[in-house]
Amino acid sequence: MAGLIINIFLLALLVLIAVMVVRSGRLYAVIVMSGAYSLTSAAMFVNLDAVDVAFTEAAVGAGISTVLFLAAMAYVPADEKPSQNRNLLAGLICVGAGALLLLAVFDLPTLGDPMAPVHQHVAPRYLAESGSALHIPNVVTTVLASYRGFDTLGETIVVFTAGLGVLMLLAGFTRTGRINPVPAKTGSAKKDGGKSKSSSATPKGSKV
Amino acid sequence: MKQNPVFRVVAKILFAPIIMFGLYVQFHGDFGPGGGFQAGVIIAAAFILHALVFGLEAGRQVISARVNLWMMALGVTIYGAVGIVSMAKGGLFLDYTALTGSVASGQHIGIILVEFGVGLTVTSVMLALFHAFAGFVEDRAK
Repeated sequence: MAGLIINIFLLALLVLIAVMVVRSGRLYAVIVMSGAYSLTSAAMFVNLDAVDVAFTEAAVGAGISTVLFLAAMAYVPADEKPSQNRNLLAGLICVGAGALLLLAVFDLPTLGDPMAPVHQHVAPRYLAESGSALHIPNVVTTVLASYRGFDTLGETIVVFTAGLGVLMLLAGFTRTGRINPVPAKTGSAKKDGGKSKSSSATPKGSKV
Repeated sequence: MKQNPVFRVVAKILFAPIIMFGLYVQFHGDFGPGGGFQAGVIIAAAFILHALVFGLEAGRQVISARVNLWMMALGVTIYGAVGIVSMAKGGLFLDYTALTGSVASGQHIGIILVEFGVGLTVTSVMLALFHAFAGFVEDRAK
């Protein structure tokens, strides 16, 4: 019962934050509120006993993506451009899609139902084997790294590729392998590289 | 933020414990919640905190862009190498049991190595993203 009340409270909080995000035109406020949204979802996942997911959501959603968004804010103006035209068709599509999703919710199995299809397929084998046969108590880790190791390899490659893409677009990594932080001034890049080494003593000294 | 003593002292105090916690999450993933993805993000957060407080240049001196790029690739390579080694030992790709021959030790070693690769890649990609986004503007303003 207490869990249900907490869930309803957290869900109400999520809706409130989502409405505030939509209504706010200031992007800094939107970023901070999306961090709060992630933190609230993390609390909800803890309440649903999904500790690993909650952990990831808190670390990635509330932590690092907020910082990355703030860093990316340097490229965009602080305020959203106010739009005057109200697109009726877009609104109708949104409401229609939302109604369809709500309709689909009624066909979902009840939360925690042991007879749900997801608990009938391979999950029982994983749960039974992980602790006794593989000697690894955390089933999430065995599914992620062992049973579904190939998927996780793909995920890691996706993360790697995303990092490479951003580096190539923004940090000016060139084909020759030279790390060139100033794409506009190619000639002075070499000079900068030498300078940063010699000037490295100054900030270190001033830090102490 | 470099001038504010509160930020500097707090960043210095927090830096090591954050990394310690990240390593705990990394290597304790078999027994409790956690694993490479979360640990990578936590360790990256420590370095980002350092760069935020002491400046991007100081952050780049701790881990240079080139080292960071190598770390990104090394993480994926470790993951793939575990798979290839298990193939070479007669198992299937990423079949950790083949690494040592026994289920218990093979799975443990395989999972720890694989999670280490994930953590390495995630840490360095997060650092790369932060420095790419935050550093680009600073470079242009020069």
